[in-house]
Amino acid sequence: MFLRYIVVYEVDKVLELRALTKHYPNHHALKGISFSLTQGEFFSLVGPSGCGKTTTLRLIGGFEEPTSGEITLAGRPVAGLPPYRREVSTVFQNYALFPHLTVAQNVAFGLERRNGVTRSTIRNRVEQALALVQLSGKEARKPNQISGGERQRVALARSLVVEPKVLLLDEPLSALDPKLRKQMRQELKSLQRRVGIAFLFITHDQEEALSLSDRIAVMNQGSIEQIGKPRELYQEPTSRFVAEFLGEVNWVNGAGIRPEAIRVSKENPANGARSVAGVVESSTFLGNVTHLAARLPNGANCTAQLPLNGCTFELGEPVHLWWDASDELRVSA
Amino acid sequence: MKHLRAAFLAPGVAVMAILFFAPLLIVLAYSLLTRGAYGGVVPPWTGESYARVFDPLYGEILYRSVWIAGVSTALCLALGFPLALYIARAARHKGLLLNLVMLPFWTSFLIRTYAWMFLLRDTGLINSMLLSLHVIREPLPLLFNTGAVILGLVYGYLPFMVLPLYATLEKLDPYLLDAAADLGAAPFVTVWRVVVPLAKPGMVAGCLLVFIPCLGAYLTPDLMGGGKTVMAGNLVQNQFTTARDWPFGAAVSLVLMVLVLVVTRALMRRTEELL
Ligand SMILES: Nc1ncnc2c1ncn2[C@@H]1O[C@H](COP(=O)(O)OP(=O)(O)OP(=O)(O)O)[C@@H](O)[C@H]1O
Ligand SMILES: [Mg+2]
Repeated sequence: MFLRYIVVYEVDKVLELRALTKHYPNHHALKGISFSLTQGEFFSLVGPSGCGKTTTLRLIGGFEEPTSGEITLAGRPVAGLPPYRREVSTVFQNYALFPHLTVAQNVAFGLERRNGVTRSTIRNRVEQALALVQLSGKEARKPNQISGGERQRVALARSLVVEPKVLLLDEPLSALDPKLRKQMRQELKSLQRRVGIAFLFITHDQEEALSLSDRIAVMNQGSIEQIGKPRELYQEPTSRFVAEFLGEVNWVNGAGIRPEAIRVSKENPANGARSVAGVVESSTFLGNVTHLAARLPNGANCTAQLPLNGCTFELGEPVHLWWDASDELRVSA
Repeated sequence: MKHLRAAFLAPGVAVMAILFFAPLLIVLAYSLLTRGAYGGVVPPWTGESYARVFDPLYGEILYRSVWIAGVSTALCLALGFPLALYIARAARHKGLLLNLVMLPFWTSFLIRTYAWMFLLRDTGLINSMLLSLHVIREPLPLLFNTGAVILGLVYGYLPFMVLPLYATLEKLDPYLLDAAADLGAAPFVTVWRVVVPLAKPGMVAGCLLVFIPCLGAYLTPDLMGGGKTVMAGNLVQNQFTTARDWPFGAAVSLVLMVLVLVVTRALMRRTEELL
């Protein structure tokens, strides 16, 4: 249904940030960040707490003005435009549903007072949007009469129904319990594919970012460390920070190796692979895999992720840990 | 547990019984007796005073009281809402601003009303200034009329509107305002569609806190109305003093009370529906 509203921009970049900075009196929240989203892209912004993710979204939404730098939306600079004039829409972390309005009225809010939008159009589009997020039948409920997952969907429908050029999502899944979170993750992805609107998705959960995104930008202390496809970032991080943020890494003699790239055996494999000797310190059974931790001669710990039947080692047993040189992460810093 | 609860309740109940219900019963009794020749009340029991309350002459005074109190309340709301919203959304100095709102309470209402009279009377500050600047030739009739009474009431009761409004607006989730703007609502639309509906409990509380004392106001209409604009409060006072008709004065007070109860109930019910 939304497909018919998609506009193909002459400019391929539906949203572009150029050297954006934001200084608060005692804090440089953003120190010059640049990235762009293409039409229909699922772009994630990840990073630890306080790194400036929300600040970035608030600048794009128009709730705050940047100290310097430029934001363009579909090729047009948005500097000075108030939030209600910007064609982006935000799904807030706590959803910010209007408590005095019903589900249907919440979704209709952004469609009212628009030129040329009749009552029946509003009704139809609200109906379609609610169907899209599988909330048909709950139109008359108030936000406090629906579940957390349903509230999240109302927030999505409310923002999508106004057909933003970009949908901004500030940790939309973080208020949900882990199981629902995984389910909503899938729904979010398929929803994004169907509506074809570019999503700028904030999270500090690396699994969420890796599984959902077309591209990811990793932020650290107000700067972007690296931008790339999930696989690129995971396998070819350019910095130690990115390598560690997106997954576990063992640092052995300056090289980074992911636990799942490490094999463990009693004898030295002598097959040309890199290897290091260690003593089994713990093994944790996790169902589908087992985590084995070994202590290396230099005192460091090294973890390996072994398949279900691959772990037959005793605690205290001397073992060899080995990996392909090609699996090593080559980071500069 | 039960004893403890009784122990906690007893003082309050006793105070209410002695200081509120007992006098109320006395007023009720007075209203049903006959007037004495030199004030006071004498038998026999009669409902005649109540019949007179609805006499057109007095009915008009009651009607005027409701009207003046209503207009004053509406003005307080119109002035108080933006003020309360501003203070609630202010980034800094909230405490200072609230204290400024309450500052007038530091001096007696009587003195502040006299101050207004000095400002407004024919030889007052405003008129003498306008006269000396030759803006006007005759003093403007600023005092001793209905407008002056409403001004005095609005001035006196505005803080009672601002404080409950502030309390509700202060609790308003600021993200709701962001969300409304995000969905394309200009600031005025956001206030009208989001802030006002969510501030209704505070608006109702503020309106009650202003309307009730305004309806029974005595000092302001007496001083600033100059005897011309008589409200129900002045009527009651009159009956107990110059007119020496205690039963009638008591009857008017009780009718006024019932009026207030009716308005309160209606407003309360509306709020419950909204919540
Ligand atoms: N109004 C402000 N005044 C001063 N500093 C601020 C202000 N808003 C944010 N900051 C600071 O800017 C930094 C970035 O904040 P931001 O909210 O963007 O972080 P975030 O990446 O969204 O973190 P989280 O994952 O915890 O939500 C923080 O250190 C924060 O303290
Ligand atoms: Mg944040």
